[in-house]
Amino acid sequence: MTDLQKELLRIAIFAVGVALLLNVLSSGVALNFVMMALYAALLAQAWNILGGYGGQFSFGHALFFGTGAYVQAIAQIDGGLNPWVAMPLGVLASAGVGVFVGALSFRYGLKGSYFALVTLAFAEVFRIVALSVPFTGAGVGLMVPLREGVGNMQFGSRRGFALMVLGLVVLALLVTCWLRHSRFGAYLQAVRDNEDAARAAGVNPFRIKLGAIALSGGFMGAGGAFYVQAFQYIDPGIAYGAHTSVEALVGAIVGGMGTLWGPLIGALALHVLADLTRNLFGQLPGINMVIYGVVLVLMILFAPRGLGGLGRSVRELWKGRSK
Amino acid sequence: MSAASSRPKQAPAAARQGEGVPVGAELMTLTGVSKRFGGLKAVQDVSLIVPQGSLTALIGPNGAGKTTLFSLMSGFLIPDSGRIQFDGHDITGRAPDINARQGLARTFQIVQPFAAQTVRENIAVGAHLHEPRRVAALAAAEAVAQRVGLAAMLDKPAADLTVAGRKRLELARALATRPKLLLLDEVLAGLNPQEIGEMIPVVRGIAQSGVTVLMIEHVMQAVMNLAEHVWVLAQGQLIAQGTPAEVTADPAVIEAYLGHGTAAKLRRQAAAVAGEVA
Repeated sequence: MTDLQKELLRIAIFAVGVALLLNVLSSGVALNFVMMALYAALLAQAWNILGGYGGQFSFGHALFFGTGAYVQAIAQIDGGLNPWVAMPLGVLASAGVGVFVGALSFRYGLKGSYFALVTLAFAEVFRIVALSVPFTGAGVGLMVPLREGVGNMQFGSRRGFALMVLGLVVLALLVTCWLRHSRFGAYLQAVRDNEDAARAAGVNPFRIKLGAIALSGGFMGAGGAFYVQAFQYIDPGIAYGAHTSVEALVGAIVGGMGTLWGPLIGALALHVLADLTRNLFGQLPGINMVIYGVVLVLMILFAPRGLGGLGRSVRELWKGRSK
Repeated sequence: MSAASSRPKQAPAAARQGEGVPVGAELMTLTGVSKRFGGLKAVQDVSLIVPQGSLTALIGPNGAGKTTLFSLMSGFLIPDSGRIQFDGHDITGRAPDINARQGLARTFQIVQPFAAQTVRENIAVGAHLHEPRRVAALAAAEAVAQRVGLAAMLDKPAADLTVAGRKRLELARALATRPKLLLLDEVLAGLNPQEIGEMIPVVRGIAQSGVTVLMIEHVMQAVMNLAEHVWVLAQGQLIAQGTPAEVTADPAVIEAYLGHGTAAKLRRQAAAVAGEVA
């Protein structure tokens, strides 16, 4: 079996396994946990496309999340569109914002911390704009009217939403899998590892990075659209606040950047950790962000390849021992 | 730079152009190409013609501007003045990735592997230029690895290669783009004599397969062995050209390498030794 077939088989097993699990689970707490973990995994996977495979570290992925969320909400409230129609529009808008920010920053060769700062700044600008213009509901936020029904993308239960986000996670896994076995993905990783060498091999780094940021932004926008459907409310702080940006990048970095399963593992690990600390410290506001920060520092210091990489190191150590 | 201007103009490139150029249609033509970095004239008024199907070399002391000239040819740098023509098109100021697509490939003196990827994946990046499908690109990478003697290393991470291995990888990745003209920037530097001995037939094989090769090289054994025609660059200017034997006997070249007056001194010493023997 080729690597590609193996990866596709694992994705299929994962999809079926989680779907079965969701059908078995009955407690609302458990369903909510799985849904939120999958949602965090989606954000981390989105970040991983640009950050992990493209090597462009964004600190403002909330920019795409918020855009997807607002388009989803406004298209329904003001445009009267069906949410299933609104969602692709939100994804396209987020990808478009990605192309816009990417064109500006990659045109001038911004990379590393400069690129991170530009994305952070754009997310802040969008947050402030969203706070002041009327069509986003400004500081009050937007409420999507309750109209339960699958046709309205309001499933009435956590199980339905969990299945929906599972679908998005599987889609993100498939796209990541494609990145690993396609010319575009090979070019993206080449640009990440050495831009000059990539150019000498006939790669146009600008175009490749633009493609990656559009793809990454699109998935982030899907995450935003999902959020609006699941919680029926969005305000500038939720949409463009730093929390979402951090959640996306920490999940990917903790799990292992530039890997297929890393973001999923990272997001799951962080959610287990966050739930544990919530039990330990009660509802201390912001405690999960403190924990995220500590975990991030520890991971970068001791396991820069992430949890997936840590597993590999242990396996290699074990093989070395048993020889 | 004062050192450059105080040095006597030994042989303006334009004056020598056209003499002793090997036969064959011109694949790349440089006309009066210059590049300066602030006050440093890195490349001054260089004109040369690389004929189709030739195996030629560019030599010169350290800091002569050889790598800068390669960067100008391949599009990584844009010349301040002069024109660069390749395969019938004016490519002055064109981006390196477009040049690569037209069949102009280069290697880097300081090797630039995609360190996190395997040798096979590294070469496949080059192969993807003409091969959109992943499986086909990986297969092409394998074939190229055979040609440069990297077949045993295909599944190793590029970061694990020795210096010699990385040089081969540079060569392989450039070759995988199926170039018309291959610019090799010191692919032999840092190799031991045995490794050099292994690499020379590889380069010759590439040239015999129909790829035009221009190499920057310090290893004279290789230049004497391989090159049909040699250009000598010193302080940004072409000071000599001809067959390897001609340029190594050229007093201007000896002085450029060993310092002003050395050629005369060497001649006197040789004469003295000859006198003693007699």
